[in-house]
Amino acid sequence: MSAVTKEIGGASNGGKRVIPASKASKWYQAEDIPALKKARKTARPAVLRASLKPGAVLIILAGRFRGKRVVLLKALEDGTLLVTGPFKVNGVPLRRVNAAYVIATSTVVNIDSVDVSTFTAAYFAREKKSKKEGEAEFFGDDEKKQKKAISEIRITDQKTVDTALLAEIKKVPALKAYLASSFSLKKGDKPHLMKF
Amino acid sequence: MSEEVTTVKGSSWRLVEVGRVILINKGEYAGKLAAIVEIIDHKRVLIDGPNDVARQAFPLARATLTPIVIPKLTRGARTGTTAKKWAEAGVDEKWAKSSWAQKINSRALRRENTDFGRFEVLLLKKQRRYKVKKALAKAKKLA
Repeated sequence: MSAVTKEIGGASNGGKRVIPASKASKWYQAEDIPALKKARKTARPAVLRASLKPGAVLIILAGRFRGKRVVLLKALEDGTLLVTGPFKVNGVPLRRVNAAYVIATSTVVNIDSVDVSTFTAAYFAREKKSKKEGEAEFFGDDEKKQKKAISEIRITDQKTVDTALLAEIKKVPALKAYLASSFSLKKGDKPHLMKF
Repeated sequence: MSEEVTTVKGSSWRLVEVGRVILINKGEYAGKLAAIVEIIDHKRVLIDGPNDVARQAFPLARATLTPIVIPKLTRGARTGTTAKKWAEAGVDEKWAKSSWAQKINSRALRRENTDFGRFEVLLLKKQRRYKVKKALAKAKKLA
């Protein structure tokens, strides 16, 4: 607590006195307050499986694109994986997927010619909606009912990635058909014993 | 009685005998071949073989008898002799040719196949099916 030195009148009062800058409160906690524990854990970036190399063909297990075979382009800084079908082959766009819901296969596509430097977590972030609630919005003719148009940037990015990737895919026979086909368990298949 | 001649035929069972080649099913040597060198009792035999199988007493319950027999293997033949006779009888070649061994091999190959490999198999099977069906349709048309 900061203290202030004050001049005091009266000959026998010593002239100066040190008093606290702000007056202490009359009330105080009778019991001791236990000190809060300090968290010593820090969030570390996710470590991916060794099988999730860029260029690997993955099988998506959950969500809208479950069963699709896609190409892993890179791991994003938010712990997700950047994949694409390619869109032209099986309809899976440039997309983030959770690494936990994916099987990595041993098939690898050469993606040296594909430029993925523009894709970050921010690229895929959702656009912020304005919070103002207008009358039009309130009465039904809101954006939700209309399908959101896909931005031109996304479309051109998808096209450039697809053309570069398709050139590589076409070099390996049957690889394009493989990516176009979807995965499913057949009779007697034991996924824990199968090699991918 | 008529004059029919009845011929008595011996059974064609695989016998537990000295020289019989067995396929080991369980344990350290599973999947390997060995020859019976001596019969210890009704459950166990002494086996030996050149395919990295140590000479040992082995329970028959953990093995399957193969149709291959090494001819004239003497009872209690030692490792060197067994290996020589094994090679003379061409056990490994006979085994590799058998459909049993081929089936084991193809099963192992299928298990080792990757996802892309399985897809390629699917394509090849499709092609085969197409050819067979085409040939069948042609034959039916002619008939």
